Amino acid sequence: MAPNVEETLLEVKDVKTHFFTDEGVVKAVDGVNLSLRRGQTLCVVGESGCGKSVMARSILRIVPAPGRIVSGEISFRQRNGETIDLAQMNPRGRDIRSIRGREISMIFQEPMSSLSPVHTIGSQIMEAILLHLPVSRSEARKRAVSLLDLVGIPRASEQLDAYSFELSGGMRQRAMIAIALACEPQLLIADEPTTALDVTTQANILDLISDLQADSGMAVLFITHDLGVVAEIADEVVVMYLGRDVESGDVDAIFHEPKHPYTRALLQSIPRYDSRDRERLYSLKGSVPHPFNRPGGCPFHPRCDEFIADQCNTIDPGRYTVGGDHSVRCLLYEPSAAAQNVGASEPPAPAQNVGATR
Amino acid sequence: MSRPKNTRQKGTGLKIRPEKAQTAESGRPLLELRNLRMQFPVRRGMFRRTVGFVRAVNDVSFSIRLGETLSLVGESGCGKTTTGRCIVRVYNPTAGKIQYQAEDQESVDLAQLDNRALRPYRRQIRMIFQDPFSSLNPRLPILQIVGESLKVNGIARGAELEERVASLLKRVGLRPEYIRRYPHAFSGGERQRIGIARALALNPRLIVADEAVSALDVSVQAQILNLLQDLQEEFNLTYLFIAHDLSVVEHISHRVAVMYVGKIVELANTDELFENPLHPYTEALLSAVPKPDPRLRNRGVRIRLEGEVADPSSPPSGCYFHPRCRYAQDRCRDEEPTAREIGKDHWVACHFAEELELRGFEAIGSTPGL
Repeated sequence: MAPNVEETLLEVKDVKTHFFTDEGVVKAVDGVNLSLRRGQTLCVVGESGCGKSVMARSILRIVPAPGRIVSGEISFRQRNGETIDLAQMNPRGRDIRSIRGREISMIFQEPMSSLSPVHTIGSQIMEAILLHLPVSRSEARKRAVSLLDLVGIPRASEQLDAYSFELSGGMRQRAMIAIALACEPQLLIADEPTTALDVTTQANILDLISDLQADSGMAVLFITHDLGVVAEIADEVVVMYLGRDVESGDVDAIFHEPKHPYTRALLQSIPRYDSRDRERLYSLKGSVPHPFNRPGGCPFHPRCDEFIADQCNTIDPGRYTVGGDHSVRCLLYEPSAAAQNVGASEPPAPAQNVGATR
Repeated sequence: MSRPKNTRQKGTGLKIRPEKAQTAESGRPLLELRNLRMQFPVRRGMFRRTVGFVRAVNDVSFSIRLGETLSLVGESGCGKTTTGRCIVRVYNPTAGKIQYQAEDQESVDLAQLDNRALRPYRRQIRMIFQDPFSSLNPRLPILQIVGESLKVNGIARGAELEERVASLLKRVGLRPEYIRRYPHAFSGGERQRIGIARALALNPRLIVADEAVSALDVSVQAQILNLLQDLQEEFNLTYLFIAHDLSVVEHISHRVAVMYVGKIVELANTDELFENPLHPYTEALLSAVPKPDPRLRNRGVRIRLEGEVADPSSPPSGCYFHPRCRYAQDRCRDEEPTAREIGKDHWVACHFAEELELRGFEAIGSTPGL
């Protein structure tokens, strides 16, 4: 690990969140590690279904039933200096509720469905303030006005009494950021906050988040599938595939020295300005397997160009360090040449292979 | 291609068109929009009185050349989808012409035709939709979704229909055995392939692709973009590609038209538009695109567009973009600019297009990764 100049705010260690459905167990998150320092931006990137949203929800303990965290550790350093393990908390308990919205808050992709249509924007901001801080209603209202001002909503004192449907998409997302910032959280989790927005609005929202971050020193965990956005804002990146953190490292390493075949494939499949016009794009073969048909061994092996027979399909790769805090889950980077499984993780269950042979 | 007209390609039942694929510059127009206008009434009150109109498409003129991909870009609500829907005549345009060059050399105005007269042209202009989940009927098997138009038009039925649907599926990269499955059994990318197969079933000449790849993940998006390009070459298709993702647009299109509040503000060849934009709105759009390389961060100035997109039911005076334009002058408030041609094939609607020195989309030096 690189020397930590600043203290670690959040550390997620080998977290597994599984969904116990009637048809079987869906391993939505199956061993993810990440650490986030104060003031930093960490991007979690992956395609739909890779478990990035469930991972974010696991931190706040808002995973919907029948999902639950089955193992792992989520240590979070509170404002008072105490470190607590969020994974051990009762998701309905008083403790986690004092953290949600106060220490960690979250903004979601679709502001229309995350905001209440029957409450004004102002009352939704004031709710968060009154819940966590010992202030009067009039003080809370004053704060709400200044928050709306801060996130760049024009005529803030008027808009306080507006309903969410009266605002445009970009303004709604700003209102949601205002709610999230109401209690000056240490960590902001942003789950695809700009995906539903136009590029121009997206640029404004990204600028807003980084300005706020510079002012308050909060850390941001940013979930996205857009590699362009990652390149714009990230300090550190975690690439996820089928519930695993297949590669993690600082943003420059991920974009300029990607190691995992999946990361490389993702980078090659984005249309680029310098590529020759109308050239064919690199495309990954196959598609993301159904969650019940998770391939054994490395979950990426059926789609991988560098697949090693009898190894990739049987051995579950551990996390190998390839310099600095750049680590990758791929047998190609196993330190010992003979890729013998050194007990890095549990042997693959043979039952998992059944569906993949179809 | 020296094949005789209407040669059927073996198996697929798709015609290979004798017209040679032409470059964007030399192509003759397949479709020409002239002053197309589509307005929707705004109704209020107990008696639903009409209190005003939303001009979703406001005097739009452009042409699509045979064999090219023309992209229509702009922010949500700018009227790009409405334009596409007017072309396939989901909407009846309020005014204007949609001149379509039919295969038998006759030019018809689609805007004037009634439903009956439109039928032969509906086969030739098809649409691909954005959302692969809501655009397929969940109660129908793939055979019916893809084969419906073949059946309705009396082209194939029974075993022949099945055979043709199977070969269409094969062409878009799906296994023909899936013919009896229902849409829920497919992933987003596969569903989009089904939508493409449905659009291809009747040998169309023009395909209106409305945000066809916007809902897909990057790796799936790459597969679908490649498929669309392959099909274009193979069947000499013409695409009107409606999109908001400028990196996709840059990749796939020959020409690009930029729309703002129901009007085309700039139209040019793709390279020209990206390197040498002439409208301040285009410049702002290009600067907002996130570039997939962390080393380019903070290089170049991002132009923040202040304020909101103008309300199409009460647009501002003069140039619609002037309240957000950083170069706006008095003239922009009073006088509406008309589109003019500056340079070859480069159309722009801005009073000061010649004087402004706008920045293009900076070329990215190295490809990160590999």
